[in-house]
Amino acid sequence: MDKFTTLTGIAAPMPLVNIDTDMIIPKQFLKTIKRSGLGKNLFDEMRFTPDGAEIADFVLNQPAYRNAQIIVAGDNFGCGSSREHAPWALLDFGIRCVISTSFADIFFNNCFKNGILPIVLPQAAVDVLMEDARKGANARMTVDLEAQTVTTSDGQSFAFEVDPFRKHCLQNGLDDIGLTLEKVTAIDRFENSMDQSRPWV
Amino acid sequence: MSGPKTLYDKIWDAHLVDEAADGTCLLYIDRHLVHEVTSPQAFEGLRMTGRKVRAPGKTIAVPDHNVPTTQGRENPAQMPEESRIQVAALDKNAKDFGIHYYPVTDIRQGIVHIVGPEQGWTLPGMTVVCGDSHTATHGAFGALAHGIGTSEVEHVLATQTLIQKKSKNMKVEITGKLRPGVTAKDITLSVIGATGTAGGTGYVIEYCGEAIRDLSMEGRMTVCNMAIEGGARAGLIAPDEKTFEYVKGRPHAPKGAQWEAALAWWKTLYTDEGAHFDKVVTLKGEDIAPVVTWGTSPEDVLPITGVVPAPENFEGGKVEAARRSLEYMDLTPGQKLEDIQIDTVFIGSCTNGRIEDLRAAAAILKGKKIKDGMRAMVVPGSGLVRAQAEEEGLAQIFIDAGFEWRLAGCSMCLAMNPDQLSPGERCAATSNRNFEGRQGRGGRTHLMSPAMAAAAAVTGHLTDVRTMI
Repeated sequence: MDKFTTLTGIAAPMPLVNIDTDMIIPKQFLKTIKRSGLGKNLFDEMRFTPDGAEIADFVLNQPAYRNAQIIVAGDNFGCGSSREHAPWALLDFGIRCVISTSFADIFFNNCFKNGILPIVLPQAAVDVLMEDARKGANARMTVDLEAQTVTTSDGQSFAFEVDPFRKHCLQNGLDDIGLTLEKVTAIDRFENSMDQSRPWV
Repeated sequence: MSGPKTLYDKIWDAHLVDEAADGTCLLYIDRHLVHEVTSPQAFEGLRMTGRKVRAPGKTIAVPDHNVPTTQGRENPAQMPEESRIQVAALDKNAKDFGIHYYPVTDIRQGIVHIVGPEQGWTLPGMTVVCGDSHTATHGAFGALAHGIGTSEVEHVLATQTLIQKKSKNMKVEITGKLRPGVTAKDITLSVIGATGTAGGTGYVIEYCGEAIRDLSMEGRMTVCNMAIEGGARAGLIAPDEKTFEYVKGRPHAPKGAQWEAALAWWKTLYTDEGAHFDKVVTLKGEDIAPVVTWGTSPEDVLPITGVVPAPENFEGGKVEAARRSLEYMDLTPGQKLEDIQIDTVFIGSCTNGRIEDLRAAAAILKGKKIKDGMRAMVVPGSGLVRAQAEEEGLAQIFIDAGFEWRLAGCSMCLAMNPDQLSPGERCAATSNRNFEGRQGRGGRTHLMSPAMAAAAAVTGHLTDVRTMI
């Protein structure tokens, strides 16, 4: 997993609420057995016509946003299916940060496992960031994970909360399976105690 | 933690392996269910790092998302190549890592959330995870059950634990009795209609109250299944005699002295008097009507007697979302829901693919025919549900009415296999998501109960099932 420290980039405005993981990556692209290569199908049915032509007014097809690294989104981003193909597709396209008033639980977790930072901010802050994102390619937003701030192109800054453990993993690009396996003695002890307390499991 | 505990608190505490100073917890996982779509990358991760499956005996795999539901599917040529590769990868991974497996040729194969309870893998007080959001289904047994991503699938395979932070407690109480024609599906959709799809975000829901107690285990599974559509991590129902009765004698349920020991513990799994809930929602059972969805979010729920709303009825970002939904669904504000014409009916899914669901639909269809030109299919949730429905004569009722009688799988709920809607095709579905494109690009989905879907199949339009009972 790539480290996440600071990011300065173009932010794409997607004010629609309840953007679900079926929109982010439709099911026909879940038939892969790999994690890579999904960026070309990100938001497929919003981005392309059935015969594969670009839909011009979709935000990521507009010249200003083709290289976006941040999405500023409406409420409840990433709801629905647990498919990790959604963050894989975002990452493969180049998105490293999504900002919204809320995220669906499983999508939120999945982001951190892939070096994507999901940021929750109040509506008023998201409104300001959405306006900033609408300015296009010349307006670059800065996300500083260490300082836990998002700064607009004109210097307005918003502080955000992030779980300390997840922050640590993101900043260092850590594989959390490796971290958990450092606690294998505790897992062994728990399993041994289960032989007494819940032997039927 | 001392003092009164919720059911969620009790299950959480019984599975806590480690708690770091910052509150990050390691939670033990009792059952890990695996299917072909969200697991290949996790097994690949294990191979790349030389890791093993820590507890293969607690890991159960079944192909369900991709598999065709037509006869002769054991012939791999029936599947598109990518699907075939994915199912073959699950075959191989199950064998290589020594986990329990129900291949497509096994009568016990079916939707993972139907197979788990059916085989007695799901038991009260357990932690159950799967790389699928509808894992919430297993909460009906008083098990803490939720969906995880593929990275977490790999984490559970390797460590039999998950890194978790505790959610908040939410109580959803359904008081009193349901009226005739109202089912578990109407309860769960009505709750989402009341709280919104983000209303449960950050919470584990415990469903309680007389109307929940009165539900069968099948009905309780339907309610918990859609906790995720309300945004909750999980939905729970405290186990009771109905639960124990359902579990007893299942192939993987405990037996003899272990059954007695398990039962003694299971009977302690309830929310203590005075335990704290961070949020409480109460609905009166008598107030719940048969409902349908009109839009492209599961929160777009209205009683069947209602009319299509106008975007201006909403606030904030929902105004634009409703406008977009109406355009996608090709509906006009003020239009009566009962006037909406249907092309297709889909009965099945982990939400409503169990025997009781098929009984409810067959009760409406008995002696009737589906509307001319209607496409209608029943996809039982498992091979065993299918066999039971055939034995009870339900299959014949469906076939006589004009339904296709399919083999078990996820099918048109998410349309990864060949069962899909065409652009503009409008479907009455017993599944769980009405998202844009969910059942096929351009397809239009109205969610409802099995009885309501059966009623729509007969009349050709959304129909108040109460007029047919």
